[in-house]
Amino acid sequence: MSAGLLFDSTKCIGCGACSAGCKEQNELPLPIEEKPTAYTWTVVENRDGAFIRRLCMHCLEPTCVSVCPVGALQKTKDGPVIYDSTKCIGCRYCIMACPFGVPKYQWDRVVPVVGKCILCHDRVKAGLATACAAVCPTGATLFGDRDALLREARSRIAREPERYVDHVYGVEEAGGTSVLMLAGVPFERLGLKTGLPRQPLPLLTWQVMSRIPDFVLVFGTFLLGIHWITRRREAVRLGEATPPPAPPSGPRRGRLRSLLRRLLAGRGAS
Amino acid sequence: MSALPARLTRLRIGFWSAICAVLVLLLLGVTVMRFTRGLGAVTHLSDSFPWGIWIGFDILCGVGLAAGAFTLTATVHLFNIERFEPIVRPTVLTGFLGYLFVIVALMFDLGQPWRIWHALIFWNPHSVMFEVAWCVMLYTAVLALEFSPVVLEKLRLERPRRLIRALTTPLVVLGVLLSTLHQSSLGSLYLIVPEKLHPLWYSPFLPLFFFTSAIGAGIGMTIIESYLSERAFGRRLELDLLEPLARAMVVVLGVYGLLRLIVLRGNGALAGLLHPGYEGRMFLLEFGLGVVLPVLLLSFDRVRSSRQGLVTGAFLAVLGFVMNRLNVSVTGMEGAAGTRYIPSWMEVSVSVGLVAVGMAAFALAVRYLPIFLEPALPEEEPAGEPSPGI
Repeated sequence: MSAGLLFDSTKCIGCGACSAGCKEQNELPLPIEEKPTAYTWTVVENRDGAFIRRLCMHCLEPTCVSVCPVGALQKTKDGPVIYDSTKCIGCRYCIMACPFGVPKYQWDRVVPVVGKCILCHDRVKAGLATACAAVCPTGATLFGDRDALLREARSRIAREPERYVDHVYGVEEAGGTSVLMLAGVPFERLGLKTGLPRQPLPLLTWQVMSRIPDFVLVFGTFLLGIHWITRRREAVRLGEATPPPAPPSGPRRGRLRSLLRRLLAGRGAS
Repeated sequence: MSALPARLTRLRIGFWSAICAVLVLLLLGVTVMRFTRGLGAVTHLSDSFPWGIWIGFDILCGVGLAAGAFTLTATVHLFNIERFEPIVRPTVLTGFLGYLFVIVALMFDLGQPWRIWHALIFWNPHSVMFEVAWCVMLYTAVLALEFSPVVLEKLRLERPRRLIRALTTPLVVLGVLLSTLHQSSLGSLYLIVPEKLHPLWYSPFLPLFFFTSAIGAGIGMTIIESYLSERAFGRRLELDLLEPLARAMVVVLGVYGLLRLIVLRGNGALAGLLHPGYEGRMFLLEFGLGVVLPVLLLSFDRVRSSRQGLVTGAFLAVLGFVMNRLNVSVTGMEGAAGTRYIPSWMEVSVSVGLVAVGMAAFALAVRYLPIFLEPALPEEEPAGEPSPGI
């Protein structure tokens, strides 16, 4: 199974238990800040009376995983996108590239690392729900298998079409995410990015990166070829101007010919 | 050289040395701050704007402006156009110093610079940053080797020098390959943010744009650096060499400009320029001042063969290049970030201070190493022999 979350904005009462549970589970310092930071991995925002959770979407093909030069970010088979702070060099490409603006940096530290929701990876591995889902009093945040959650989300929309916007956020955004969201108001009003590409963003760079070996081979050969030709032309030009220097190729060519003859003879014999 | 220019030279160097010293002191102060208080205390970077001028100027421009090195070594050693030989050494020195500048700047920008070697053992071939890291590392090594004959010559170490000379061609080929990859990969860094980078700058052709504009700017830097060397060290300007270089720059910049216009017509961003907003105005400034104007100016024979015209054109091209990189990394990203980013004085003083250190290093190298091969030493090399060093 690949774990995921289903957040139903229409069921959220904005109590903030998820943020508190997250802090406790991941041993993050208090207080709970208004916006997500490196120390607050999830918050509930009130947007004109509708509540929306902010947390890592755990993309199926995460941009952050693709851009990290040292592979500090990984997408696990269980679903969570996890972070190994001992590998991180602090280039902050993940922060710059994430389409959802999720990874945050410890700007105030001398030895900083990135902070982001890791979908309570240890709990998920042990078969437990994430802390935020476990403490949610209304069931607004559901933990489960992503496919099952998606079916649940679709059936909720089908059952109460007047209650929901007819879209499950995270089905196709940036190639799909493990965290899915339902809402009663348009998602952009909740501050979520709409209009993201449907294909996974890492494809955009991989189209270029995957061609590098071929490019090196072809371009390298081309350059050496150019050099060979211009050198040869220079040698010919000099050869016309001055008496030709004793060509070292004479005996070598003879040796080559005899080698060839020997090779052919050997072949005939066998 | 007569006595008067020599005295003037010394005076001028004294003045610039004083400025340089002030900048270096500032740099040292900010360095202490940076490593005792963290990135947040010295920069205006934030979670919504994580890459500032240390990336946009120091890295993107530093690498680009060093592009003269691979362009000229390829011209001389691969295309065998040997008359450019006299300006290869200063250009390779610029490239080498440029890459060292980039690496030092990276030490400021990385959150944990002492882990920079992680890129050697933890691989992620999907990451453009991984490619960038390897290219910086390998090409700096290549530049060091390409520059080493100058030092070996000074130290009269004949055997290693001959060894390096024998390796010239593979080194140059490797240098061109790595540079091509590296210049373009800096553009590829932004391929993954189509929804963040403004359409005036985002394009699937970013790697190509970064590569071509770097060649243009690299040539521009070669011209400027010859001009500065003339002023600082009392050398004559090699107009007969720089004029054809300027012609090449016109072609490269012209092709680059047309490509960009074609892409902008394709993605519809051109129409928005009729009523330019903040991004539009910045684009017009970059493109008009840094591409159109130098191409127009340097198309005239008279401008190209005058020293002021040549240097003005080259300066505009380099300025346009710097504006482009800053527009990609700052202006074009501000809209999506929802904030304006203006670097702190400490960020600026690191960038400026490092440039000053680089220029001082160049001046020192010129003073103590045989960088400029004076044409007054004809007995050094017989005419037909392949060039002695890079």
